[in-house]
Amino acid sequence: MNANLSTNSSTSLSTNRIAHAAIAAKGRWSAHKWLILRRVSQFGILALFLAGPWFGLWIVKGNLNYSYTLDLLPLTDPHVLLQSLLAGHSPEKNALLGAAIVAAFYFLVGGRVFCAWVCPLNPVTDLAAWLRTRLGIKGGTHVSRHARLWILGLTLVLALATGSIAWELVNPVSMLHRGLFFGIGLAWTAVLAVFLFDLAVMNRGWCGHLCPVGAFYSLLGQRSVLRVTATRRAACDDCNDCFVVCPEPLVIRSPLKDGDRGVGPVILSSQCTNCGRCIDVCAKDVFAFGTRFNQSVSPLIGAQPAASK
Amino acid sequence: MNTPFRRQFLVDAARMACGVGLLGLGLGLYVKQAKALPPVAFRPPGAGAEQDFLGACIRCGLCVRDCPPQILALAKPEQAVATGTPYFIARSGACEMCENIPCVKACPTGALDHKLTDIAKARMGLAVLVDHETCLNFLGMRCDVCYRVCPLLDKAITLEPRHNERTGKHTIFEPVVHSEACTGCGKCEAGCVLQVAAIKVYPTQLAKGELGSHYRLGWVEKKKAGGSLVAPEIEHRYNLPEGVTYEHGKGLSSEAPR
Repeated sequence: MNANLSTNSSTSLSTNRIAHAAIAAKGRWSAHKWLILRRVSQFGILALFLAGPWFGLWIVKGNLNYSYTLDLLPLTDPHVLLQSLLAGHSPEKNALLGAAIVAAFYFLVGGRVFCAWVCPLNPVTDLAAWLRTRLGIKGGTHVSRHARLWILGLTLVLALATGSIAWELVNPVSMLHRGLFFGIGLAWTAVLAVFLFDLAVMNRGWCGHLCPVGAFYSLLGQRSVLRVTATRRAACDDCNDCFVVCPEPLVIRSPLKDGDRGVGPVILSSQCTNCGRCIDVCAKDVFAFGTRFNQSVSPLIGAQPAASK
Repeated sequence: MNTPFRRQFLVDAARMACGVGLLGLGLGLYVKQAKALPPVAFRPPGAGAEQDFLGACIRCGLCVRDCPPQILALAKPEQAVATGTPYFIARSGACEMCENIPCVKACPTGALDHKLTDIAKARMGLAVLVDHETCLNFLGMRCDVCYRVCPLLDKAITLEPRHNERTGKHTIFEPVVHSEACTGCGKCEAGCVLQVAAIKVYPTQLAKGELGSHYRLGWVEKKKAGGSLVAPEIEHRYNLPEGVTYEHGKGLSSEAPR
């Protein structure tokens, strides 16, 4: 890192470079650690599911709607099961047990951890957001971030009204995941549509504004324990990098900036996906993973390893 | 008190309700379409009525995975079957009617009813000998393939002999499907040797007629009551030459040798 003497000039040349300051300060690995771990998680889960159909290694059967691991562990998407219940079906034991396990897990670690660490569509929307930043695409349609809650409501009302799990007919998340293991067909067009929508029409449009699956998980994780916290917020130099990379930038501002108004450093918004990208891109190491209960703030003194360079 | 704020709130809420409502309308109409399962696609054993199945199946594909002959598939979005739900096409791969019904056991929600433990009680559809003009047995040959491949031999399909009017000296063995036994597995349709099968599985509601609820079959009622329910039966008298008698099922006979 020290060998890179042209740091200053390249900063001004490529203002669209994401995490540039963090790379300079902490090195490439530390500036991408959580991102890489997240991709490992996302693709690792896909690999587990693919091992069966591709190599005959049946560790996991099924897909994200319901999977059965080692003929032992059932995991059910609680949003889908809720729709099934509303449609008037009484499910068998395994589906209920699986939903309880999944719900309990996300209740603890953060509902939208699903979005950042598991959802197969996330790499697609992340790519769109990254490209958008790199290409400097600005503006686009604006729809409230509450729209997803309305759409979530719609999925439930439709299940109730039609007696059918209506959302699963068009849900691009399950379409992609199922398609990868059972034959994609034209489901890739739905994925492409989401990509182009996020790239050209609305910044972070799908995950940030419309997806009812994410909205469901956000409600599930309202009280979750695992949280990102701006422990060293005093060190913040207003570089804005965290806001640029954050898929839900609204969640950061208050815990980071409103310390003098008595707001704690923990990002308590259930829309935070615990993706950890803000931890990566912060050259000052302001953010860290913590719990919702630990509201302590580190003093600034003697805690700036990056500043010595 | 804060009128502009309240107005903005109402406008925003109305806009959202309209937008989402429009989406809901579109999706609702699509659901209606999706409920119409094409007649060539069949659900795995134990599936209830299509309406109920679409509310119960969570599209996980475990039945597909656990189907030993691998005849099941999950519908792709461009197909006419509801996206992600399992189905099979009888002609290209019929249900093998596994005795232990692994697909039903694998289903986590009971969309495939776990109460189904005897595969002979499954009702996936109903076979119909649709085309009497091309069926080889109807043409007087002894093809019999549908009859032979039927897993419920002599129960779901029987061969009913009748006179071959064309040759005047042969018998036509007509394959007849019995709805009280047929599971709709599709083995007969898959096995039919013709270019296009003469026997096909249909959704039961398309294949099966139904008597009006007021219909009573006289002979059944008679048997139940142990005798005629109307006027006492008059013995039928045949107009026959002297010394010749006729008995139903036995034919003509002479009383005394000539």
